[in-house]
Amino acid sequence: MSAVPLRVRRPRREGGAAPYVLMLPAIILLVLFLLVPIGYTLWLSLRASRVTGGGLGLRKETFVGLANYAGAITDSAYAQSVVRMLGYGVIVVPVMLGLALLFALLLDSQGARLKSFTRLGIFLPYAVPGVIASLLWGFLYLPGVSPIRATLEKIGLPAPDFLGPDTVLFSVANIGIWGGVGFNMIVLYTALRGLPEELQDAARVDGASELQIALRIKVPLIAPALVMTGIFSLISSLQVFSEPSTLQPLTDSISFTWVPLMTIYRDAFVNNDIYTAAAASVLLAAGTLAVSLAVLSFLQKRAFGEDR
Amino acid sequence: MTTAVLERSAPTVRTTARKPRKTRYVSTAILLLGALYCLMPVAWVVIAATKGPNDLFTTFSFWPSFNGGFEYNLRTLLEFRSGIFWKWALNSLLYAGAGSLLSVAVSVTAGYALAKYRFAGREAIFRCILAGVLVPQITLAVPQYLLMSKLGLVNSYWSVLLPSIISPYCIYLSRIYAAAVVSDDMLEAGRIDGAGEYRLAWSIGLPPMIPGMITVFLLQFVAIWNNFLLPYIMISDDRHFPMTVGLFSMLNQGASQPALYSLVIMGAFLSVLPLIALFLFLQRYWRIDLVSGAVKG
Repeated sequence: MSAVPLRVRRPRREGGAAPYVLMLPAIILLVLFLLVPIGYTLWLSLRASRVTGGGLGLRKETFVGLANYAGAITDSAYAQSVVRMLGYGVIVVPVMLGLALLFALLLDSQGARLKSFTRLGIFLPYAVPGVIASLLWGFLYLPGVSPIRATLEKIGLPAPDFLGPDTVLFSVANIGIWGGVGFNMIVLYTALRGLPEELQDAARVDGASELQIALRIKVPLIAPALVMTGIFSLISSLQVFSEPSTLQPLTDSISFTWVPLMTIYRDAFVNNDIYTAAAASVLLAAGTLAVSLAVLSFLQKRAFGEDR
Repeated sequence: MTTAVLERSAPTVRTTARKPRKTRYVSTAILLLGALYCLMPVAWVVIAATKGPNDLFTTFSFWPSFNGGFEYNLRTLLEFRSGIFWKWALNSLLYAGAGSLLSVAVSVTAGYALAKYRFAGREAIFRCILAGVLVPQITLAVPQYLLMSKLGLVNSYWSVLLPSIISPYCIYLSRIYAAAVVSDDMLEAGRIDGAGEYRLAWSIGLPPMIPGMITVFLLQFVAIWNNFLLPYIMISDDRHFPMTVGLFSMLNQGASQPALYSLVIMGAFLSVLPLIALFLFLQRYWRIDLVSGAVKG
């Protein structure tokens, strides 16, 4: 049930130069915008601008080894931003995928009504850019404008401060969940629609409830799609940037170093320290890669080991 | 068809025969709650767009006002800084439109070549692309900026457009799709008839890939339209901003000039419309099963 077997049965060599010509634009762009930046970041991360030659204090770029990495790791602002980002991921990924799976299973079930309306409604936030989504939610959170707060106050309940220091992480996570649940739901729903009917029918004849069919038959069968949506959600939640940056002007609870990308942005463009920013970028990219690969191998063992 | 099956098998599961009705309501209710959650902010922005700066903070925010706030906001936004909002909208369209079209061209030719030819270096290139899928592209934004500034392209349209064209994920999808839908036998037959490789790619490889191309186009269009960090870093001249960065800069000014808030809300409202229209229009054409890797050839 994993991704489609790539049909490359018969190797071809007749192509001559054709495959290279067809690949050329992609290769040029990959080299220019993927490999060169990666190499350049690695090189920059090992260098720094240091004052040399006493007296006049000329600044010169020199090799400093791993000093930038040591600096980034011991920088408490960076460390805190990493912890916050992980907290964000721990909230967003399970809640978003859980909701996406729940909605997808309900859409695929026999009972529910109003399916096309709810499917479109839940998918709609995908069409809303992260910045705009944060802007909308920002106003829904903002005291003085927030209809949520106004409604709660009207019925006599204490209105929560969505932008307070203890709650703002959840408020940002909510925006991420809101923006991603529909897309993941559609991916999972499409995977569910692709399942063979016979298994479910057989289970139904045997007296299995819809819930049992969903949990015992459908979920294991769409495990590959779940793994894929999980990995992509994880990667994107580790890159969270536009949501907290947009909320930043609305609250004091979000600092300029709230998540790693904001810290990197500050280092590179506010403090003009591209070397530290490069080291922090490498750490973030390497960490993301390591986490994705670890999750991928763990899930593949769990998810694909069982139903084979 | 599925409901017929349920009814036919109903006698054998008499003990649970009453359940479906209850679960039907529960299922529908959960889905409606989900839709409510997802539509609420959009509904709010439609309502809030009707309020001028005076009404925004004073009237109940889930009730529209009819004091001409909508026309006021629309007119003021479109006149704001001699119509810069139009410029932002056109820029977004340019970045997302041109970027995703070029991205489709690059991804599809590369995916086709990777799927249908075996050539030296193919595995190395494919591994590189897979790594590119997993490396957060956004962490490359800083070095991409430095590269662009070396090339003297910072603050130009090219600085946002060029990095947007390459998407390892889209190449990967195109390869899967090409492998599934382009017939080896047809290619072989074409070769025997003496067609050249480019002609084969164009007339046999291309047509069945069109649904995949629409999917890649939409994915890239949304990704570029929604992108914030790249233009935010690359562009300092606000006449080259896309809508996301433009509205962000207005929101930032709004912290000191609350009168701008109602314009920002109007801008958010207008910016959501075209993508929703695009989706409603194209939803029947795109193959989202491609995204989950479940293509049936």
